[in-house]
Amino acid sequence: MTHHLTSPVSEEAIRELKVGDQVLISGVVFTGRDAVHKYLHEGGELPSGVNLEGGIIYHCGPVVLKDENDEWKVVAAGPTTSIREEPYQGDIMKHFGVRGVIGKGGMADKTLAACKDHGAVYLHAIGGAAQVLAECIVRVRNVYMLEEFGSPEAIWELEVNEFPAVVTMDSLGESLHKDVRSQSEEALADRR
Amino acid sequence: MRGLRESLIELIRRTSAEIPDDVQRGILRGLEQEKEGTIAKSALEIIEKNIELAKRKSQPLCQDTGSILFYVDCPVGLNQFEFEAEARDAVLEATKRGFLRQNSVDSITGKNDGTNLGPGSPNMHFHQHATDEIQVRLMLKGGGCENVGAQFSLPNTALKANRDLDGCRKVILEAVHQAQGKGCGPGILGVCIGGDRASGYEFSKREFLRMLDDRNPDPKLNELEQDILKTANELGIGPMGFGGKTTLLGVKIGAANRVPASYFVSISYMCWAFRRHGASLAQDGTISDWLY
Ligand code: SF4
Repeated sequence: MTHHLTSPVSEEAIRELKVGDQVLISGVVFTGRDAVHKYLHEGGELPSGVNLEGGIIYHCGPVVLKDENDEWKVVAAGPTTSIREEPYQGDIMKHFGVRGVIGKGGMADKTLAACKDHGAVYLHAIGGAAQVLAECIVRVRNVYMLEEFGSPEAIWELEVNEFPAVVTMDSLGESLHKDVRSQSEEALADRR
Repeated sequence: MRGLRESLIELIRRTSAEIPDDVQRGILRGLEQEKEGTIAKSALEIIEKNIELAKRKSQPLCQDTGSILFYVDCPVGLNQFEFEAEARDAVLEATKRGFLRQNSVDSITGKNDGTNLGPGSPNMHFHQHATDEIQVRLMLKGGGCENVGAQFSLPNTALKANRDLDGCRKVILEAVHQAQGKGCGPGILGVCIGGDRASGYEFSKREFLRMLDDRNPDPKLNELEQDILKTANELGIGPMGFGGKTTLLGVKIGAANRVPASYFVSISYMCWAFRRHGASLAQDGTISDWLY
């Protein structure tokens, strides 16, 4: 089933989502990848203007260019591999009140436990679908830490409209990644 | 070769924005076989839409525009030094035009100077051949799929893999299972049996230069390729690891001699955003023909 989510999002809305649900996300998302997660986990402060309460973090290093009017324009914006943030993600979710993480490849037990305790979900975007996903980004609202981290690693504040993703880890402790892994393990055992 | 730089910029643009026909056909076949209403089907539909959009807008298929790997087949006497300088200029220009992301990081300082130039970037492979023709191929190899590549040293006790083709089969399927959807499947495998640790991976990547739907001229390797493709697609990993029938689009296996003491199987994984193109160049460096 397909849900419409608007970010910032409430805990109740998040708790309704189940593994396998498709969602269309509208509202504000913040990009954050390796440098940002490491920085925040080491006690770094959010730049002023960034509020992650009820927010959604997008694991993404977009290609962003300035257009003729000197406005930022997202040229390509697919998800990056999320598992690299596994050591940090659960703590960051709880500490900053994050309700959703968009990425690809799924995450592991620590994040899954945080999703359950705190009420959050992992939203799997289509890896590599940079153009389709860039089309869903209606505006670049702001960019933070561009100097420190460089363009792909900076925090981009993006306004999105009906950005498609699939819930692959929910707040009930279910993970599609775990299920597929164990099913494929069995299938492989029969074919070795 | 006055036309060379523009040709290389065009090669980069085309490689970044347009999926080769052989790969597109594979994705369409995957789309047909997935069941209506599944998330696997909808993932492939989004991928298909993405392919069309990137081509129409002439923009990167995927934002990770990857490691930049040039393979140049050239006649004896080609000035490789000059060729490489032109390739570097082309990369710089293609980055400015947004065909390549600012994607190259100094491994020690962590700095990204935004040029995509540095030690090993772009990565040039020159190969001399006995004709006058210059052929240049480009592969843009993303990081997510590169990270799920694997190298096994046989025998492998845990996997009960001996130093034979059945042992190779076991470790290759293990790599597919370990990768799950993390390399942006459906994927394509490039495999090298043998070689040393460096040449093994090097040769495994060269397998991606083959057409996706060709057949291995070696009957044993052909059989192994078909077997792994079929078996991997029965594992239910599916596009993006969402479950489904389309786990791999192709398997390409080559072999290199090894020393008696070593038996490596090196596996490179390529994501669905399989970006490689190539061109034959005329004497003045302009493009005379596309290769894929
Ligand atoms: S693995 Fe391929 S499709 Fe996925 S993000 Fe990397 S380059 Fe893009």
